[in-house]
Amino acid sequence: MKPLRNLLDAIHPHVVKGGKFEKLYAIYEMADTFLFTLGKTTKGGTHVKDQLDLKRMMISVVIALQPVLIMATYNTGLQANRALARLGVVRPEGWRGSVLANLGIGFDPDSIFACIAHGLLWFMPIFLVVQLVGGFWESNFALIRGHEINEGFLVTGFLFPLTLPPTIPLWQVALGVSFGVVIGKEVFGGTGKNFLNPALTGRAFLFFAYPAQISGDAVWTAVDGFSGATPLSLAASSGYTGLTEAYSWFDAFVGTIPGSMGETSTLACLLGAGYLLLSGVASWRIMLSVLVGTFVFSSILYLIGSDTNPMFSVPPGWHLVLGGFAFGLVFMATDPVSASMTFRGQFVYGGFIGFIVVMVRVINPAYPEGMMLAILLGNTVAPLIDHYVVKANITRRKLRNV
Amino acid sequence: MEHLLSLFIKSVFIENMALAFFLGMCTFLAVSKKVETAAGLGISVVAVQAVTVPANNLLYTFFLKEGALSWAGMPEVDLGFLGFISYIGVIAAIVQILEMALDKYFPPLYNALGIFLPLITVNCAIMAGSLFMVERDYNFTESVVYGVGSGAGWALAILLMAGVREKLKYSDVPHGLRGLGITFITAGLMAMAFMSFSGIQL
Repeated sequence: MKPLRNLLDAIHPHVVKGGKFEKLYAIYEMADTFLFTLGKTTKGGTHVKDQLDLKRMMISVVIALQPVLIMATYNTGLQANRALARLGVVRPEGWRGSVLANLGIGFDPDSIFACIAHGLLWFMPIFLVVQLVGGFWESNFALIRGHEINEGFLVTGFLFPLTLPPTIPLWQVALGVSFGVVIGKEVFGGTGKNFLNPALTGRAFLFFAYPAQISGDAVWTAVDGFSGATPLSLAASSGYTGLTEAYSWFDAFVGTIPGSMGETSTLACLLGAGYLLLSGVASWRIMLSVLVGTFVFSSILYLIGSDTNPMFSVPPGWHLVLGGFAFGLVFMATDPVSASMTFRGQFVYGGFIGFIVVMVRVINPAYPEGMMLAILLGNTVAPLIDHYVVKANITRRKLRNV
Repeated sequence: MEHLLSLFIKSVFIENMALAFFLGMCTFLAVSKKVETAAGLGISVVAVQAVTVPANNLLYTFFLKEGALSWAGMPEVDLGFLGFISYIGVIAAIVQILEMALDKYFPPLYNALGIFLPLITVNCAIMAGSLFMVERDYNFTESVVYGVGSGAGWALAILLMAGVREKLKYSDVPHGLRGLGITFITAGLMAMAFMSFSGIQL
């Protein structure tokens, strides 16, 4: 660490005000505070002392994401290798096939290492594009507008690639992250000032602009010409029986099902949720109420039943493990910036998201998955909920003090 | 009954006047700075819409529709070309009456709405409500439900917008985008979130 500190100290005089590269101070500041504890202390007056600053909060989320990342790479490779085995392809075309074949890793779906290696070759390009393009916008805005680069983008940069299917073209990834970071966040002034979750804004933009590459049956498995429906669209077309013929509940829980890269594993999301709750970064109120909202409304629809709509037959227990529910619940709905801020409001907000998820999934035939849209809608409603919670508080206190 | 309920839900969420059709934008953008004012305007839009759409429906069925004048012994007359001007006349008259009523009975709301109540006269959402009613051939009951529903949808949209804009007071928008610019972007993003309803078949 010492040489690194020396290097940063050597750069310091050039980037402070009056130095040669003072415009690049934001980037210097980012590297410095990312690597070292801040040397600055406040002087005089009282102030709140809390170890949990924005950086630590965001880095906690990234730590909580690690199980999801591992499962994402493993499952992407697993799905691809299984499809290859089923199609009887010995060596797929493209550079990924050559790399894996030449390194002697192979395409064995039973080997965890081979699956992770294959998954990494699909995940890393998308991840790198997100980091590069998103980082470009983030640092440009920081340099020109003179605010600090903070870890908000670090989290967006991890979440966004995890919500995408493995086969998405890289230029779309670049476009999506640009939209998410610039329109979803930076035009409002950066981290903490936006009202929608930037990662989901980017994904929703791609979803409506290029539906062919982000929905349907052909995009979820990273093998050319292989079409495998996600369990949710399977349930939408052939009902509960079709779903259970293809997958078991346990498959969906562990995450060995086709879907967007990071969303499939409920187990990994649960591990992340545990960490976030223990560290107090995410709100348990939101998580609980989303869960309850989804469970209650899907139970009601399950009990009502329907002859024409096969989605009614999916039991509530399944709704909790399918699609992006767990991922959205743990990492997206709890986003402290775009969620409700008041404790009471968080219950309403969570319940609303849970309700809308099931509504979109079951009642709306246009989309098989509803988590993304439900959270965006929840983000839109959150400020109004907060407004009325605050107002109710004021009224109550006024009455008490009369 | 079920049919009316689904018409109501459709007009509030799926065919939301502001966020699916982008109608009534001028007032939507101008009066959405504070939740209280937005709520007042929303309520008055619901009220105006609930009265004007059925009123125009009666006007259409008994005077303007082709063959509507058969009760007066003139079955060949088609006054459909008078539609636009008659609807806007009815709307203007009703808004005027509403304004006077508010001034007399609810002065705070009247003061809060100020210039915006007369502006409802030229609010495209109100006119569009009547025109959609004609185009889709609603009968009288349907037009009542549709009037209340489309007004409520617009009111909901402006309430949400006002909530978001109150939150955005604390944001740090680049200079060129302050004011209307960021409001347009916000409305667009909200419309994207509202897409979760599009496609529902009722």
